[in-house]
Amino acid sequence: MDRSVKESILELKNIHKRFHLKSTFSSRGGFVKAVTGVTMALSRGDSFGLVGESGCGKTTLGRVAIRLLRAEEGRVLFDGLDITEIPERKLRPLRRRMQIIFQDPYSSLNPRMRVESIIGEGMLIHNLVDRRELKDAVAEVLGRVGLSPDAMSRYPHEFSGGQRQRVCIGRAIALKPDLIVADEPLSALDVSIQAQILNLLVEIREAMGVSYLFISHDLRVVNLLCNKVAVMYLGEIVETGDCDLIFHDPRHPYTKALIEAIPRPVPGKKGRKIVLSGDIPSPISPPPGCSFHTRCPIAGAICEKEEPLLREVGGRLVSCHFAK
Amino acid sequence: MSCRKDREDLVNDTISVERITCGFDVEGQKLYAVRDVTFSIRERETFALVGESGCGKTLTALSIMRLLPQPGGFIESGRIMFGERDLLSIDEKQMREVRGKEISMIFQEPMTSLNPVFTIGYQIAEVYTAHGVCGWREGMERAEDMLARVKIPDPGRRIRDYPHQLSGGMRQRVMIAMALALNPSLLIADEPTTALDVTVQAQILELIEEIKDAFGMTVLLITHDMGIVAEVAHRLAIMYLGKVVELGTVSDIFRDPLHPYTRGLLLSIPSLEREKKRLRPIPGIVPDLTSLPPGCPFYERCQERIPELCNIAFPETRDYGNGHLCACYWVERGGDR
Repeated sequence: MDRSVKESILELKNIHKRFHLKSTFSSRGGFVKAVTGVTMALSRGDSFGLVGESGCGKTTLGRVAIRLLRAEEGRVLFDGLDITEIPERKLRPLRRRMQIIFQDPYSSLNPRMRVESIIGEGMLIHNLVDRRELKDAVAEVLGRVGLSPDAMSRYPHEFSGGQRQRVCIGRAIALKPDLIVADEPLSALDVSIQAQILNLLVEIREAMGVSYLFISHDLRVVNLLCNKVAVMYLGEIVETGDCDLIFHDPRHPYTKALIEAIPRPVPGKKGRKIVLSGDIPSPISPPPGCSFHTRCPIAGAICEKEEPLLREVGGRLVSCHFAK
Repeated sequence: MSCRKDREDLVNDTISVERITCGFDVEGQKLYAVRDVTFSIRERETFALVGESGCGKTLTALSIMRLLPQPGGFIESGRIMFGERDLLSIDEKQMREVRGKEISMIFQEPMTSLNPVFTIGYQIAEVYTAHGVCGWREGMERAEDMLARVKIPDPGRRIRDYPHQLSGGMRQRVMIAMALALNPSLLIADEPTTALDVTVQAQILELIEEIKDAFGMTVLLITHDMGIVAEVAHRLAIMYLGKVVELGTVSDIFRDPLHPYTRGLLLSIPSLEREKKRLRPIPGIVPDLTSLPPGCPFYERCQERIPELCNIAFPETRDYGNGHLCACYWVERGGDR
């Protein structure tokens, strides 16, 4: 049960990923630094939350983690195996073990495929079932995600958003993966449906022992599902550690602001809050020094010049000159 | 009850929506997305319409503006009293005077509500010229003032910007500036922060509140987020499948929710204070408008449903004190008290 001996299913070491900006009319163009020097590890059976606002690099990092994108720098280790550069041919058998669920269940299902093929295709490709056993196998998966077996013969458009997300989850778990990257799987759903899907994700983890890399902008959901979290801002991790520690006693001013910005369903509890001023700077030209200093309520002179490094403060890692 | 009556005499209603039924005509079939909706908003109040997608909250707001999507949108019955006038019976020319000048609206996605080929200064100034308030030169000056009022830094330079040069939060500020240009008495905000990041959402909510006080406005806020409601609204109505199921003050409804749907909604919100690891979601899915069930629309998903009663007819709306309205047979029969 000792945490330290738990093996990592996923390790990211000093990942850098940038995108070239191609200009239509000139040869110039800069780079978007989507992810800069991110290091993290996800233990088997754990759930790791990546949180941050749009453009912070969380989705890019999720895609680098399962090699849907290649990192320029750094290493990606899946179950101890370095997959950063291995050829596609060798990657293929590993693909079964790493699956992804996307935000929008409307655009991530092929409208011309029946649910049977959507869920069954992967199982056939990876030789998990015989074509004769396919229907039974799909029915079993459908049961797991709370859909009835007669959903099999229907097309995606016949389902509501929540049901489609169940189909997407079914497609992912059909292959019995070790790791599921879930990229904002609840954001497109209504509140009452969000809670259903969230509970389904918890059930699946308990039944199958899968690990989640859970990408979300909603700290409350991450808190319910994950035990570890990394808060990202402009491509960097600003605070990372146990959820319990970070959500109850945040040390980075950005984490604090994120937590306070959540509207709470308790009337009369207004007493506002540090409201951050300004917008997130462009990742094409991030500010020098600490990338958060332009919006930080406690920034000092040093923050404009020197980039803070992640250091241990109160049992977790924080990158802030003033964190205590 | 008597004290409530007294209070109502003191506070004027800015707008009262009375038994509105509206919907779409889809290939000859009438789909009723809003059924018999009644509520009134008091002066300087922030009133929230809450519900999930498809519950009819946006359509209710659009019928106040008489801007139902065409072709197909129709208002079948009801009245919308704005001061002495029924907005549904005045002619289109008069209605055009009401829009923008007396009631204005901001939308969820500011990018699609702004015209990409005109500068934001031009688009704000156009509000003044279109209503014949002043000419272009003065319009541009006023636009600059408005940008300053919604706290856009460096407004003199920004009025020459195009929408794509602004961030999402800035665009929403521009929308607010446009909506407030003619100092309307009612602002309808339809999910104004849903497309924004949380930290920017907090800024915009604060701005709306400040401006509401400064301009003495009444706000109709449409949202699905109970957290936002608790923070900014005074009263709210909860809609489900075109019906108002519960209405009351924020403190009454959050402390003592009556309708099983309201209770379910409140229990589905995750919180950072991790006590219950599992949420208690509302089972099932929202029924389709094409096959509306008779009786209570929530019947299929309701934990407290009474067979042979709830699925036969829609319950009457009753007052449970202090203007706390609820339409539910289970509550009528005493609920869990």
